Amino acid sequence: MANTRGAAVKYDSVQKSYDGETLVVKNLNLDIPPGEFLTMLGPSGSGKTTCLMMLAGFEPATHGEIYLNDRPINNVPPHKRGIGMVFQNYALFPHMTVAENLAFPLQVRGVGKAEQQDKVKRALEMVELGAFGNRRPAQLSGGQQQRVAVARALVFDPELVLMDEPLGALDKQLREQMQYEIKHIHENLGVTVVYVTHDQTEALTMSDRVAVFNDGVIQQLSTPDDLYEDPQNSFVAQFIGENNKLNGKVVEINGSECLVEIDDGTKLKADKVNVAAVGDRTTLSLRPERVEFDTVDTMDNLVNGRIEELIYLGDHIRVRMNVGGNDEFIVKVRNRGEKRKLAVGETVRVGWALNDCKALDAVV
Amino acid sequence: MSDTHAGEVLTTQDGKPLKVALAKALRREKLRALALIAPLLIFVLLTFVAPIVDMLFRSVENGIVEETLPKTVVALQEWDPTSGTVPDEAVFVALYDDMAVAVEEKTHTRLGSRLNYEASGISSLFRKTGRGIKRMDEAGPFKEQFIDLDKDWGTVETWQVLKRFSPRYTPGYFLNAFDAQQTANGIELKPEDERIYMYLFGRTLFLSVAITVSCLLLGYPIAYLLSALPLRSSNLLMILVLLPFWTSLLVRTSAWKVLLQQQGVINDFLVWTGIISDAGRLVMINNQTGTIIAMTHILLPFMILPLYSVMKTISPSYVRAAKSLGANDWTAFWRVYFPQTIPGIGAGAVLVFILSIGYYITPELVGGTSGIFISNRIAYHISSSLNWGLGAALGTLLLVAVLVLFVVYDKIVGIDNVKLG
Repeated sequence: MANTRGAAVKYDSVQKSYDGETLVVKNLNLDIPPGEFLTMLGPSGSGKTTCLMMLAGFEPATHGEIYLNDRPINNVPPHKRGIGMVFQNYALFPHMTVAENLAFPLQVRGVGKAEQQDKVKRALEMVELGAFGNRRPAQLSGGQQQRVAVARALVFDPELVLMDEPLGALDKQLREQMQYEIKHIHENLGVTVVYVTHDQTEALTMSDRVAVFNDGVIQQLSTPDDLYEDPQNSFVAQFIGENNKLNGKVVEINGSECLVEIDDGTKLKADKVNVAAVGDRTTLSLRPERVEFDTVDTMDNLVNGRIEELIYLGDHIRVRMNVGGNDEFIVKVRNRGEKRKLAVGETVRVGWALNDCKALDAVV
Repeated sequence: MSDTHAGEVLTTQDGKPLKVALAKALRREKLRALALIAPLLIFVLLTFVAPIVDMLFRSVENGIVEETLPKTVVALQEWDPTSGTVPDEAVFVALYDDMAVAVEEKTHTRLGSRLNYEASGISSLFRKTGRGIKRMDEAGPFKEQFIDLDKDWGTVETWQVLKRFSPRYTPGYFLNAFDAQQTANGIELKPEDERIYMYLFGRTLFLSVAITVSCLLLGYPIAYLLSALPLRSSNLLMILVLLPFWTSLLVRTSAWKVLLQQQGVINDFLVWTGIISDAGRLVMINNQTGTIIAMTHILLPFMILPLYSVMKTISPSYVRAAKSLGANDWTAFWRVYFPQTIPGIGAGAVLVFILSIGYYITPELVGGTSGIFISNRIAYHISSSLNWGLGAALGTLLLVAVLVLFVVYDKIVGIDNVKLG
């Protein structure tokens, strides 16, 4: 973000209800500094798209105020907000050519003909579609349409660009490619981007910060690696990446550590994240790749598990085990051409470090 | 597409040419499909296409002169209508023979009324001749006797009409439909005060355009509302739109009579509120206004439904995108939404226009004299004046006019741009 020319966005205790009975967005407070790429991530119905629509001006906030560069924008109509937006199905105007689509925001702003052409050309080159100006959107592939939509949202030099699940309609390979392209465009231009998705990989790859939404509330707002390494609650741990759950009860608390007795009686040491007192129910969260088969006695946690299933995936092997009464316990073993063969039905000893095991709020 | 290389013909396993085998395999499917639609096809051919073709054919058919006066027609071939003299005795001999047979069979009056369409007075000439022919001297000479019986036989014009309409096919009905007539000097327009059909065609076109435009103006917002409202309310609205379909056309038209007449509900209300004076009651029925109002009401669903089906497919994200790109409400509508509804407008306009151009019952009931259409005139010729030939010619012209407009429309808007659903 060398040349930041983005806008700052601030949600100040924003609430939204459609029917007057339930809140879709419950008291949202969010500060987005200029030039940040912020992703709102969450399952459908979590309120993330509503937040985006309120920022764009298509939905009024029921309560609270949204600020754009410290200016309240609740009463500013969408077309005066100067926010670029990429829609889920691109919303490219089908009766206009690609160049006309791109020229549209410039025309309505009264930009001169020559400058229009110049800007359209530059925008098309930015997304490597220089030769496609005269085509209709329907004549383009999904990925090309996507690029045109991005170019159109950027052609009038907005300080803020909103993207509403823009890659949802693309196949996996194209989606990954576009993720990098959008990320690079953001890095080059320095605009603020608010990106909505339900795809956690997308969120982790592209964002500076991710706001994980559930039930109208931001569950956690942090950088992608923090989100993965230090989930603040069970929902986040479950939603981001793969996760093993072990339910139990806190029996001892030592500063930032705690001792948890899981339901089959095994006692495990864990990082105390979201538990309050001894006797609380808790769910331990453990990433599959942090569990080791080559155990040493000095490891914080050591348990026996029975191998239920082996799935060969080339670069790694997924081992489904029964650990502590949970037979959905997954361990990922890197494929190092090992001599030691695992076999279904075998009982093996596995272990992991205290810091990789998070004691979070209990999942019922 | 072709997989055959330089002269090599692809064959099936048992050596038949592939194309023959394919055609054979497809033929059975085609026959089966044809058998499925055969009942409807035959029904339509027998009850719809055949009568229409037969009716349209009457616009040029003119066998009656040749059938009633066969010898006269042959004899007249020698006569030069531009000579300025009445044909000679030979023609009158033939006429006497033909008339004797015709009077026996009572077909001469039919011929008289047919030729009366072309030149008035001929009907009474034939009637009079029919009555007098028995008293004629069979030995001749006939020329004087015929002229004595009715001096019209001695005028060149009578014979010119006979000669002109003796061929089996005639352009006479069509000329008539164009307000023209065939005279000795060739084709020319009728006198100003006798021209009525071109004017009626013009009025039909004008009123149809007016009805189409008012349907569009009234229907567009409703169609938009239908497509934008949540499902529950839009279903209710849709029922209201379709309600006119479930009511008899006559009931609806009569309702307009009650509403619009000078002592009707609307005038009474306007007088009561003092907007108009009792003396200045509006004339809203039995004229063009009445026709436009009643027909707009009747044809409105035909505009709304195609518009609705097109608007429903336009995602609201287009307008949102336009607004996010900086367009105000009007620009977003005019530059982004409206162009996408053109296929619906096209379909609705074509439908309403074609329906209204041939409409009959409503103009008949509420149109008075100034609001009637060409179709009312066609109906008059079919059922009252019994000049089926002219009725058929007018009908053919109407059909051609619609087809021409259709082609023009295709050139301008493109027929594949029309979407009905």
